[in-house]
Amino acid sequence: MTDIDAPPALLGAADEQGLDARLVVDRGTFRLDVSLRAAPGDVVALLGPNGAGKTTALRALAGLVPLSEGHLRLDGTALERIPPEKRPVGVVFQDYLLFPHLTALDNVAFGPRCHGTGKAEARAQAATWLGRMGLADHAGAKPRRLSGGQAQRVALARALATRPRLLLLDEPLAALDARTRLEVRSQLRRHLAEFEAVAVLVTHDPLDAMVLADRLVVVEHGRVVQEGTPTEIARHPRTDYIAQLVGLNLYRGEADGHAVRLEGGPSITTTEDLTGPVFVAFPPVAVTLFRDRPTGVSARNLWHCEVAGLETHGDQIRADLTGEIRLAADLTTAAAAELDLHTGAPVWATVKATQTHAYPA
Amino acid sequence: MTGPKQPVAARPGGGGPRRPRVRAVRRGVPVPLLVPGLLALAFLLVPLLALLVRAPWRSLPSQLTSTEVWQALQLSLISATAATAVALVLGVPLAWLLARAEFPGRGLVRALVTLPLVLPPVVGGVALLLALGRNGVVGQWLDAWFGITLPFTTAGVVIAEAFVAMPFLVISVEGTLRAADPRYEEAATTLGASRFTAFRRVTLPLIAPGIAAGAVLAWARALGEFGATITFAGNFPGRTQTMPLAVYLALQNDPEAAIALSLILLAVSIAVLAGLRDRWMTGA
Repeated sequence: MTDIDAPPALLGAADEQGLDARLVVDRGTFRLDVSLRAAPGDVVALLGPNGAGKTTALRALAGLVPLSEGHLRLDGTALERIPPEKRPVGVVFQDYLLFPHLTALDNVAFGPRCHGTGKAEARAQAATWLGRMGLADHAGAKPRRLSGGQAQRVALARALATRPRLLLLDEPLAALDARTRLEVRSQLRRHLAEFEAVAVLVTHDPLDAMVLADRLVVVEHGRVVQEGTPTEIARHPRTDYIAQLVGLNLYRGEADGHAVRLEGGPSITTTEDLTGPVFVAFPPVAVTLFRDRPTGVSARNLWHCEVAGLETHGDQIRADLTGEIRLAADLTTAAAAELDLHTGAPVWATVKATQTHAYPA
Repeated sequence: MTGPKQPVAARPGGGGPRRPRVRAVRRGVPVPLLVPGLLALAFLLVPLLALLVRAPWRSLPSQLTSTEVWQALQLSLISATAATAVALVLGVPLAWLLARAEFPGRGLVRALVTLPLVLPPVVGGVALLLALGRNGVVGQWLDAWFGITLPFTTAGVVIAEAFVAMPFLVISVEGTLRAADPRYEEAATTLGASRFTAFRRVTLPLIAPGIAAGAVLAWARALGEFGATITFAGNFPGRTQTMPLAVYLALQNDPEAAIALSLILLAVSIAVLAGLRDRWMTGA
């Protein structure tokens, strides 16, 4: 193994353990500037839309892309000038990149061999890793004979076999079909929970991020727009992207008591008593639609809208509404038929104050 | 233009119009393409057939067992194999540099590498003489310092053949390298492999089929090499007289021997082609 510089275990103070990075990558029109901190044992998910710079951040951590600025410290050791092959970093690539000419066993043994372990010893270690992944029976299989889920576990074993202090996973579940995904996700969660160093994973799937990670870092346009625990982020989204991801209607406005006046729009009545700039969020299922102006409900949080689009969402129908306010509403297929919803249809939308949630911006 | 209405309207009518539609799918071959195409085929095959038709089948066994033929064949196989080895050892790294390394003037270097492909081999032979001849730019030092003279030796044959054949290998391997996913090398790097280890343990096995195909092409080219060889290495039986030179010489005083020698080369070529097909071309 390559122990670079001084042994960090002896010198590094407790707060120096783990990852401390500011990753700046300048690419002409695109600039990534993301700060990341994580303690050993943390699983951090970089979540963001395609093209947000998540994968670039991951490649910068691995040393496959040079930093334009910033720093990268792992367990107290500066990594920015260390070439990728000398970094104590393991990577699980999006499509795994298992070496097609090597068996699963030799794929996993590759890392230990490169670090100077003898052939027999490297293979013994690889066999142990495969066994831990439940793949002992597939040690002799070439990658093309492995299923997607098996290949994913071999890739994870291969990355872990070098005993990295930082494990990077690029869209670890994206290459799997929906059914395998469910199973592999829970396995991966277990393996990540056992991993004692820092793990950073990149995904555009909020569910993967929330299941696998302790902490989310939401990246948009090369910047961190929000970070926190999955619960915090799901409860208090701060951008439209996150709100859409977690399935919430999100508005920004000025609160005065229980009323929040939206920028260039109507007011929303909430249960929280706040003043100043706030976010208001409510789920699409909290919205009730009427074809005619309802008489029985209070006039608060009642808006006249028009259907801009309809799409099926499981056994629900999601209506995209414009008009006095832009919002998404979920309703059952039966209700949609009864309301005779179609694009361009006028509707009245209402949401109870108790279903909304306001928090300071 | 012409309204296709009528046949369209007639089609759902019944069985009648359906047959022409099936026939229309299997479109006929236009005569202006068919005739020249068949001519081209005949042009390529008739000379080979003529070789078989005129072969002195009766005297063939004695022809093939003569010492000169065996000498020439042996020399050809050895020198072509040695030239392929030289091309592999030097050409694969060059192909890697062209495909993966970033350096100024790479396009120019690639053009220069392919130059021997289009250069008349005789010119190559002359150029080799000027470079490696006893008084050549490099050759005079080889002679003065090490006492090595390359022209008109078996080593000279190998050099002439390698000069002509190596570009085939470089082009073939470079193409395979460009098609190979460079991210495998990145994956190897993140596992602790240096760039050379990544090349040796990951890239090389991945591009092995391309290297093999390139080696076979280079070997076949070296086996048939004539112009550069006769110019740079001369035509000494047993030392520099390879099969193609023997064929040419035999044609002047013993045409039957020339045909016999040609048949051997034809058989070797067909064997190479068959090998290529089975091993590397069907999978691709």
